[in-house]
Amino acid sequence: MIKNISNLGDAALYCDFGIKVDKETNAKVIKYFKNIKEKKIKGVTNVTPSYNKLIISFDLKITNFTDLKKIVENLELKEFLKNKSKTIQIPICCDKKFALDLKNLEKKLKISEDKIFQKFFSKEYYCYMTGFIAGHPFLGDTDLSLRAKRLETPRVKIPKGSVGITEQFCNIYTFESPGGWNIIGNTPLNIFDKTNQLEPNLINPGDTVSFNQISLDEYKKYE
Amino acid sequence: MNKSYFEVIRPGINTTFQDLGRKNLYHIGIPFSGAMDNRNYTLANEIAGNKINSPVIEFAFQGPLMRFKGKKIYFNITGNVNFYILKKKEKIKGNCYQNYILENGDELDILSTDKSVYGYLSISGSFDIESQWNSFSTNIKANIGANDGKKIEQGQQIKIIDANYKNPKRQLDYINSKIENIRVIKGTNFNYFTEKSKKNFFNKEFKVTKLSDRMGMRLEGVKIENDVDTNIKSEGIIKGVIQVPADGNPIIMLSDHGTIGGYPKIGVVISADYDKLVQLPPGSKLKFKEIDLADAELLFKLYEMETKNLVSKIK
Repeated sequence: MIKNISNLGDAALYCDFGIKVDKETNAKVIKYFKNIKEKKIKGVTNVTPSYNKLIISFDLKITNFTDLKKIVENLELKEFLKNKSKTIQIPICCDKKFALDLKNLEKKLKISEDKIFQKFFSKEYYCYMTGFIAGHPFLGDTDLSLRAKRLETPRVKIPKGSVGITEQFCNIYTFESPGGWNIIGNTPLNIFDKTNQLEPNLINPGDTVSFNQISLDEYKKYE
Repeated sequence: MNKSYFEVIRPGINTTFQDLGRKNLYHIGIPFSGAMDNRNYTLANEIAGNKINSPVIEFAFQGPLMRFKGKKIYFNITGNVNFYILKKKEKIKGNCYQNYILENGDELDILSTDKSVYGYLSISGSFDIESQWNSFSTNIKANIGANDGKKIEQGQQIKIIDANYKNPKRQLDYINSKIENIRVIKGTNFNYFTEKSKKNFFNKEFKVTKLSDRMGMRLEGVKIENDVDTNIKSEGIIKGVIQVPADGNPIIMLSDHGTIGGYPKIGVVISADYDKLVQLPPGSKLKFKEIDLADAELLFKLYEMETKNLVSKIK
């Protein structure tokens, strides 16, 4: 299922699952990810899934590219039953104080604010990966009419909880961070909880997410 | 109870607790972190007589000024560091890689790192700090690790537990060497760049800019031009990866890097050269040298042997 394995530097395997970015490809990536995690292969220090790639980094004191590549190529893959597939509900407030890029998006996409919300809130989203910053989910796919490029100049600070869209994806900034996505609202939920050592992420790869719109008053009730 | 602690009079610029870093959390967005210069971290603990993964205090450019309260403690500093021990009646200029004693009321003034960035302070004992995900390393951006995920601050007390007085005189004769050539394996997007830029990348000099920290090192020099795409689909990254965004200036990902990135990867710094890379202060010039995987692996073995050899010379 892996199309090609090459080396990323001297201490990581770069597993390429092809150029497609869709659920099917990503499901394969996550299947490998889970299997490698479970195998606890000696020397592996991190396994990072993304849309269509898997990076396996390792401790060069313990193993090396050639040995680990062999192990990954000969891995017996087992199926993981999905945890009772639940849909995670995320409330978003799209008040203008949070929807930093809404006006620009109306121009960029040439559709009205109402239409943007209607298209955005009527879909369920699949979590392809988490990362960049802790707990930050990459979700997809957004409606064809909502696909905009990143900001030309990324913001230095995006507020915690901001929900952004770009290309076929949407995301949630789990804490204040730089970033270039088009911000349409903000969630009062804590998406990453560092005090929860076992399950710090509210949303994990493979999960389904649906958003519901809340008013500013409702948002304030969470605080 | 023998209560001893450091009182932080001046925290320094970027002073944090660090150890070997935390594994297996890239997939949720938490980087490896850990001491930037692994060899100097290791030597600090070895000279102190600590376990190899004990947390130490890492500082950048300017270190802390701290007053010691308690009976006594041994400490050593590694790197290229100017520091003084201020006793009631004398001021002692310290040498790196050598244990010194601090007694009640003595002050340790870590003035600066000399032509380098990071230095390490290890004590013969333990700091009373909390780990998170099996590591004490502080990641100030994600607010994770010892000291509530924060830098060491002015006025705070750093408590010391389990002090031991077993190895008061250990020391090592060692001078850090510098390199201007950083060896690099071609990245997975090497072919995104123009023929001219591929050549320039390995032939021209780059300068380390001030916009460098534990997350990344930004370089400037001849612009690296891309003729395929200045973005890739976001994917995992590791430390040492050299990304080139649309502006053509390379950025090297360091220990606290974001775990996912969307810029093309032109190269990856080899593991053997990482310690020396991170010690290049802003304004330094460097050149990249192309190397293949087999040679990189061999150089890492040599690097490991050198470290072991240094450890064996501690007396």
